Amino acid sequence: MLTILHFLPQMLQGVLLTMMVLICALALGLMLSFLFTFCLERQVNRYLSYLIHIYLFIFRGTPTLVQIFIIYYGAGQISLIRYSFLWQAFKQPFFCAVLALGLNTAAYTTALFTGAIRAIPRGEIQAGIALGFNNVALYQKIIIPRLFSIILPAYSNEVVMVLKSTSLVSAITLPELTGVTQTIIGQTYMTSGL
Amino acid sequence: MWTAYSAQILLGTWVTVKLTVVALIAGSVLAMILAAGKLSTRKIIVVICSGFTAMIRSVPELLVLFAVYFGGEVVLVKLVGHYVNLDYFVSGTLALSLIFAAYFSETLRGAYLAIPKGNITAAHAFGFSAWQRFMHVLFPAMWRYALPSFGNLCLVLLKDTSIVSLIGLHDLARAAYIAGSATEKPFTFYALAGVIYLMLTHVIMMVNRQINHKLRISKC
Repeated sequence: MLTILHFLPQMLQGVLLTMMVLICALALGLMLSFLFTFCLERQVNRYLSYLIHIYLFIFRGTPTLVQIFIIYYGAGQISLIRYSFLWQAFKQPFFCAVLALGLNTAAYTTALFTGAIRAIPRGEIQAGIALGFNNVALYQKIIIPRLFSIILPAYSNEVVMVLKSTSLVSAITLPELTGVTQTIIGQTYMTSGL
Repeated sequence: MWTAYSAQILLGTWVTVKLTVVALIAGSVLAMILAAGKLSTRKIIVVICSGFTAMIRSVPELLVLFAVYFGGEVVLVKLVGHYVNLDYFVSGTLALSLIFAAYFSETLRGAYLAIPKGNITAAHAFGFSAWQRFMHVLFPAMWRYALPSFGNLCLVLLKDTSIVSLIGLHDLARAAYIAGSATEKPFTFYALAGVIYLMLTHVIMMVNRQINHKLRISKC
């Protein structure tokens, strides 16, 4: 019991880092998925849509751990990244963790969004057009509010999934909660309590 | 470069497939027991089974694995009295089956509740034994409700197997890690591993689609 109290501050720091990774990844994922959904739904460019579909297929079909590894360890192999200003970002585990988890959640969230857009009754959008809404108003007043009400239950699941996958970033030396716990177990040989 | 590590990667793929299949079978059996427990009339059994499910579902998969692997060793040492080395494969499979069972038992419970009560009452009225009731009424109806979710869970399980590389089990992700660090070409090998994972998930998806398609026809 005493050991747990002793290591509590360290674990709280781990929690803080976990939360930071979570929030950054979710923000990145949400922004990207908005962008991707917009591109897919408005059919901005056919090749862009193909690219997004390939991205979705890859990121939903491979394990998160492999994605984290490929971004953290794999990026150094590409000379374009290795010998440019990008390396400053890619050599930091925090950046890689956020990028990997953000891209991962963006893929799942885009799938949710595209499903949800199809679930919006066509009549509502047509009513908006009939009332003379322009595109901005259409999105602002009808599509986005409806989207959120449809998506919220599924999205809260996604948030939990991302929170749980943040434990994987301990594998790339980022000391979040699981990583801290591992270190403490290594020091104290107490497994069950932690 | 390719020839030197292709055997390792293939071996890793084989371990990943083996893990998935074993965890799938063990997890399904466990899930049925858990679901039966959650539907039991005894309060205490319901509390234990629901508590177990809630606990596994709210803890990261990696932590479950660490708890089973590192924690299991401690518990075993206390039970047996001397040092025991827990096998990677056994603890990896155990952790993955626990995770799979927790999620799948919820699906099975939902599937059971979705069966019209009249079917079960009718089975009772015909004087079916509990086993007959399960085999002829419950199971055929349940697996239809459970199948779409089962397919998704299979995909999740396959992808979750990659975490066992973190306790040192030589699966696909670990083979890619070793090959990548030995040749200093991590991107190549992780990309290769990614492609293999994609192929495996694609196979599961195709089988799933086929079964779902068949099901729809037989339903009509």
